[in-house]
Amino acid sequence: MPGFSRFTSRLVPLLVDNIDTDQIIPARFLKVTDKLGLGESLFSDWRFNPDGSPRADFVLNMPEHRGAQILLAGDNFGCGSSREHAPWALSGFGFRAVISTSFADIFANNALKNSLLPLALSGADHREVVALLKSDPAAEFSVDLSSQTLITPGGKPMPFPIDSFAKTCLLNGVDELGYLLRFVPEIEAFEQSTSRG
Amino acid sequence: MNAPKAKTLFQKIWESHVVTQEPGAPAVLYIDLHLVHEVTSPQAFAGLRSRGLRVRRPARTFATVDHSIPTGDPAVPLSDMLASRQIAQMEENAGWGGIRFFGMNSTQRGIVHVIGPELGLTQPGMTVVCGDSHTSTHGAFGALAFGIGTSEVEHVLASQCLLQRRPGVCEVRIEGKKGPGVTAKDIVLALLARIGVGGGTGHVFEYTGSAVGSLTMEERMTICNMSIEGGARAGMMAPDDTTIEYIAGREFSPRGAAWDSAVARWRKLPTDDGAVFDRSMTLDISGLSPMITFGTNPGMGLAITGPVPSPDQVADPARRSALRKALEYMNLTPGQPLLGSPVNVVFIGSCTNGRISDLRLAASVLRGRRVAPTVRLLVVPGSQAVKAQAEDEGLDGIFKSAGAEWREAGCSMCIAMNGDQLLPGQYAVSTSNRNFEGRQGKGGRTFLASPLTAAACAVTGTITDVRTLPS
Repeated sequence: MPGFSRFTSRLVPLLVDNIDTDQIIPARFLKVTDKLGLGESLFSDWRFNPDGSPRADFVLNMPEHRGAQILLAGDNFGCGSSREHAPWALSGFGFRAVISTSFADIFANNALKNSLLPLALSGADHREVVALLKSDPAAEFSVDLSSQTLITPGGKPMPFPIDSFAKTCLLNGVDELGYLLRFVPEIEAFEQSTSRG
Repeated sequence: MNAPKAKTLFQKIWESHVVTQEPGAPAVLYIDLHLVHEVTSPQAFAGLRSRGLRVRRPARTFATVDHSIPTGDPAVPLSDMLASRQIAQMEENAGWGGIRFFGMNSTQRGIVHVIGPELGLTQPGMTVVCGDSHTSTHGAFGALAFGIGTSEVEHVLASQCLLQRRPGVCEVRIEGKKGPGVTAKDIVLALLARIGVGGGTGHVFEYTGSAVGSLTMEERMTICNMSIEGGARAGMMAPDDTTIEYIAGREFSPRGAAWDSAVARWRKLPTDDGAVFDRSMTLDISGLSPMITFGTNPGMGLAITGPVPSPDQVADPARRSALRKALEYMNLTPGQPLLGSPVNVVFIGSCTNGRISDLRLAASVLRGRRVAPTVRLLVVPGSQAVKAQAEDEGLDGIFKSAGAEWREAGCSMCIAMNGDQLLPGQYAVSTSNRNFEGRQGKGGRTFLASPLTAAACAVTGTITDVRTLPS
C-alpha cells in the first residue's frame, strides 16, 4: 500500500446528513467476489435515472466536478451496514478523502484500511468550507495528513482528528495485518494461558 | 489491600481479551467466535490466499449463506448467476479453510445472528464478530459482539485477533412495564427516535434497568440488534437466569463439568455495583405506544397514533432539510396521521424479528383473519430451525390460510439482494431494521414496526394500531 501523501483537489458537495452505506453502494451490487468496478455503482440510486441514464442534477454527474478527489458530505457519514464495498466504491470512483463532521465507526475503520481518509471537521469549519465553496465552486483545498489539517484556498489550516496509529499506517503505507501478525507468539501464549488452544 | 475496582460488563470482557497492546497502538483483541457469510467474506479469503496464509483457528469460525440466497421453492435452481457464484465461493472457501459450513441444504442454516444463539455458539463473556453490522444482536447474551468490515474479516481469519481501540460505554437504563400491543421492537424504535442514528457513535450500549431483566432472550436480541441503528457498534445485556436457561442443552453449549464452570464464570460478568459508565440515559417505557418509522432512517420514528412531523417545526436547518427530503421520498404530508395510510407489502422476518416468538406474535394476529387483497405478505423465518419449529406449532398453516407467502429462511427483503424486493413506489411495513431509501428495493418505501403491528397492517391493508384491530 503506497503512503498517503499531501494532495490538492476541488470538492464535490453532497450536503446530506446521515448518508448511509446503502446509498453509497446499494445492496444489489454486493454480489461481487472482488473489489473492482464498484466505483461505477457509487451512489447508484441517486446518480442514475430508472433507465440507467445519468441524472444531470446529481453532483457526481456535473462536468465541473469531474476528477475531484474530495467528497464534502453532511454529518454522520457512513451509518448503517458494515459493507466495506462503501469505501471500495468511493475509492474506485476516485475519492481519496470524505469530509464530514462525524463518521459512523465501522465506516471510518473500513475507510482507513483502504487509504480513504475520513476527515472530520468541527461544525464551524465545516460551515466555513460550505460557505467558501458557495462563493467559489472551483476552490481547491489541500489535505495534509502529516499536520492533520485541511488547508483552504486562502491558506487557513483546519485541524481534524485521526487515530495516531491509523495515521502512521496511512502515512507509511503500513499493512495492518502485517503488524498484527507480528504478535502471533503473544497470541499463542494467550491461547495457552486461557485454555483457548 | 483495596477492594477490587468495580467494573462494567464491557470492561470485564474487554480486559480479559486484550492479548497485548503497544504504546500508542490499538489493543490486540482476541476473538472467540467469528461468524462468516457469503457477501462480506470472498475478498477476505482471496486476501489470505494471496498472502499465503491459512485460517488460523477454524474451530472458532462458522460460516453460512443468508444474504443473497433465494427464499422460494428450494427445488427451483438459482437464476441469479452472481449470487450463485457467491454461494459456491462461500462453500469452497469454508472447505479450504476447514470451517464448519451450514450450506443451502443444511437444516441448521439461517441468518447468522439467528443461528449463532440458536446453536449455542454465542455465549456470555465471549467476543463475537462478523462482517455484518447486526452482530450487535449477540450482545443480548452478555457477549461483546460487533460488526466488522471485510479487511477485518481477513485479520480475524488470519490471526483470530483484531486491532481495536476501546470504545466508551453508555448505559441505557430501561425502566417501566410495557403495555398491550408493545414489544421489544417498539422499545428500541422509541430509543432510536430519541437519540437519532448517530447518538451512540463511539460507544457500546449496556442496557440495564428493571425492564431488561423481564425480557425474554429473543426480545433482548431484538433490542441489541438495533443498537447499531443508533450508531453504537455493540449493545450488551448482563447474563442472568434467563440467559443461562436459553443456552442450556444447545448443540454447541458446554456440557457436564464444563457447563458448571462456564455458568460460574458467567455469573461473575454482570456490571458491579458502583461501576462507572462513560455516559448514561434512561428510557421509561410505561405508557409507550406501538412505534413505527415514517422516514428514511431508523431514528425517524413515532408513536403509531401520532402525526407525521412537520419540517417547519424543526429549528436546525440540516435536520429540517433531512426531514423534508425524507418526507418527499416517502411521499408523506407533514401533519398527516400515519394510521390509515395504504400498505402494499408486509415483510415479517430478519435478524431483528425473524425468531419463533416473533412468528408467534404475528400468528396471534393472523389467526382466523385474512390478509387484505391489496397486500402481499411475506413471512420469512430467521432460520430453517425456526421454520421447522413454526411448522410443528402449525403457524405455517395460520399464515398460509391468511393468504401469506411462507418461505425458506434468509435475510430476504430486509436487504433485498435475493429477488425478494419492493417495486418502485411501493409501501412496506417491515419488521426488519433499516428503512433507508431503496433498502428493500429501489424506490421502495419502508415503515419499520413490530411483528404485531406488521400483521395488523397486513390484515387491513393500511397502517393500523394493533390495539384497535376489531376481533
